[in-house]
Amino acid sequence: MSENRSESETGILAVDVSGLSDHVTDAETRESAARERREKLRMFLTNWQGLTGLILVAVFFASAIFAPWLAPYDPNALDVPARLSGPTLDHLAGTDQLGRDTLSRILFGGRVALKIAAIGVSVALTVGLILGMIAGFGPRWLDSLLLLVFDTVRSFPTIVLALATVALTGPSLAVVLAIVIITSIPQYARVARTATLTLRNTDFILAERSLGASMTRTLLHHVMPNVVGPLLILAAMDVPVVVTVEAGLSFLGLGVTPPTASWGTILNEGYLVIRDAPWMVIAGGIPLILTTLGFTFLGEALRDIFDPRMGKGR
Amino acid sequence: MLYYLTKRLGLSALVIGLVVLVLFSLLYFIPGDPATIALGPRATEEAIARYAEKMHLDEPVWRQFLIYIGNALTGDLGLDVFSDRPVTAIILERIGFTLSLVGVGMGWAVLLGIPLGCLAAVRPNSWLDRVTGILSVGTIAVPSFLVSIWALLIFAVHLRWLPAIGAGEPGQVGDQLIHLILPAFAIGLSWVGYLARMVRASMLEVMGENYIRSARAFGLRPRRVIFGYALRVAILPTITLIGMGFGGMISSTVFAEIIFARPGLGKLIFDAVMARNFPIVQGAVLVATGLYVLVVLFSDTLIAWFDPRVRESL
Repeated sequence: MSENRSESETGILAVDVSGLSDHVTDAETRESAARERREKLRMFLTNWQGLTGLILVAVFFASAIFAPWLAPYDPNALDVPARLSGPTLDHLAGTDQLGRDTLSRILFGGRVALKIAAIGVSVALTVGLILGMIAGFGPRWLDSLLLLVFDTVRSFPTIVLALATVALTGPSLAVVLAIVIITSIPQYARVARTATLTLRNTDFILAERSLGASMTRTLLHHVMPNVVGPLLILAAMDVPVVVTVEAGLSFLGLGVTPPTASWGTILNEGYLVIRDAPWMVIAGGIPLILTTLGFTFLGEALRDIFDPRMGKGR
Repeated sequence: MLYYLTKRLGLSALVIGLVVLVLFSLLYFIPGDPATIALGPRATEEAIARYAEKMHLDEPVWRQFLIYIGNALTGDLGLDVFSDRPVTAIILERIGFTLSLVGVGMGWAVLLGIPLGCLAAVRPNSWLDRVTGILSVGTIAVPSFLVSIWALLIFAVHLRWLPAIGAGEPGQVGDQLIHLILPAFAIGLSWVGYLARMVRASMLEVMGENYIRSARAFGLRPRRVIFGYALRVAILPTITLIGMGFGGMISSTVFAEIIFARPGLGKLIFDAVMARNFPIVQGAVLVATGLYVLVVLFSDTLIAWFDPRVRESL
């Protein structure tokens, strides 16, 4: 418990609210919480999947952020005489059909992936969280309506939706982003809704409501902190999906537009010269796999530790 | 059961209706003349005039929408912009390639994934279990379009064991089967992992139940207990997973068809997008979504039939 208790936390109800029996002191509570945190950290550090995931994710972030310093060449610099050169000391991952250095393009492609993942996942998570809490806390008809909308959006196969949209708007990063956000919102909203529903009738929320707290206050201060945890784990598992959708759409020529380097466009250009320059589709695919693998490992390790029920039996 | 079915059918119809609405409104959100957008810049004057008349463009939008739905219900999805052939006939020509690919892809994944999951659950922590675990995470993390590209590179370009593109000579079953191997492998691979994981998790849960212990105590053979008793119940969440995952399956089919130049529904949509042939996009996306909704409906009905508790909950 914090030192400066608000009014709603003092008084008779506070005993019920904390859910603890009278003889448990604040100090003991704090200590057990600290012990639990240490235990969770220890579980994470001994989990090889989680650690591998963490390292891969760190590499992903670092290589994307420091790409301008790490890349040996300008990703868009043409060097036509050296076109389609295989992996050599000059070009570790070879060059493409315009003589651009594949390694540099991969490093810069990571920035596109990071951008999409960061913006897409955080916007989808925020919107999903709000919609899910509203569905779980609001009136019954609103809940049913939102559920119907979520189910409809989910029943749209992502790539097909993307194809239909791009047919009208033409390829662009903004369209990819919009599609990623719209298709990811339902899963966050569903998890937030379920968690809100179970919280709705707990003593501390009822107490807060009976003291006249507004719905916004209840949701922001009491429901949200309890709901956001599972969503963050979901977010880690969602990054691979988002990155894959971007790479996939760019591979089809429906995502980022040339000459911007993205793992998808590298695969696209590599696919066209697959007989002459196989290193391009190999080099373009490896970072994609490592990134998806890293976030999947990390997400699963976090889930197993913080929500053992969900991960039972793996 | 009948009540459940009616309710589900109503919901599915609503979802498809909403999807048509989205497809339809996409056309009208984009500024410009709907006929030019729908037919693309390459359409002739007469085509535009004919389209305007046929789509009742002088009528209010909501009537146009109802007319499109009415036509779709009678199997009329409009005309192809370039060849003037009915969209329905074109889709029917292509859909077989998609259905056979999905069927074989899902088929081999089920035949391999479910027994793998069972075996892993029967002997937890054995080497087989560990290999299955690593295999599942590995195959799930690799995006299916990358599997397609790499399979093409290894087996068709490098080793030259299998044909790279096309669907085989019409009428020659053997040739067509050979052309199915690589794409079916690519779209099924991650499903082997999903299914093995899911079956393993729910098998582990079921194996702890009392009735399994009773069956064992009665001296039934282990094989009978596992496949006759435990798997029957443990398969239920897996059926839901297959139903829900069908949307992802459609997406990976789109990629496989494009990469292996297989003339299915996905390739049809992609080519139509590239040519901005919107009647085809609209019709084919509608059919693809309809297929998906049907599969989900079928899997849900199957579950309700197996498990009376589900019937009550909706």
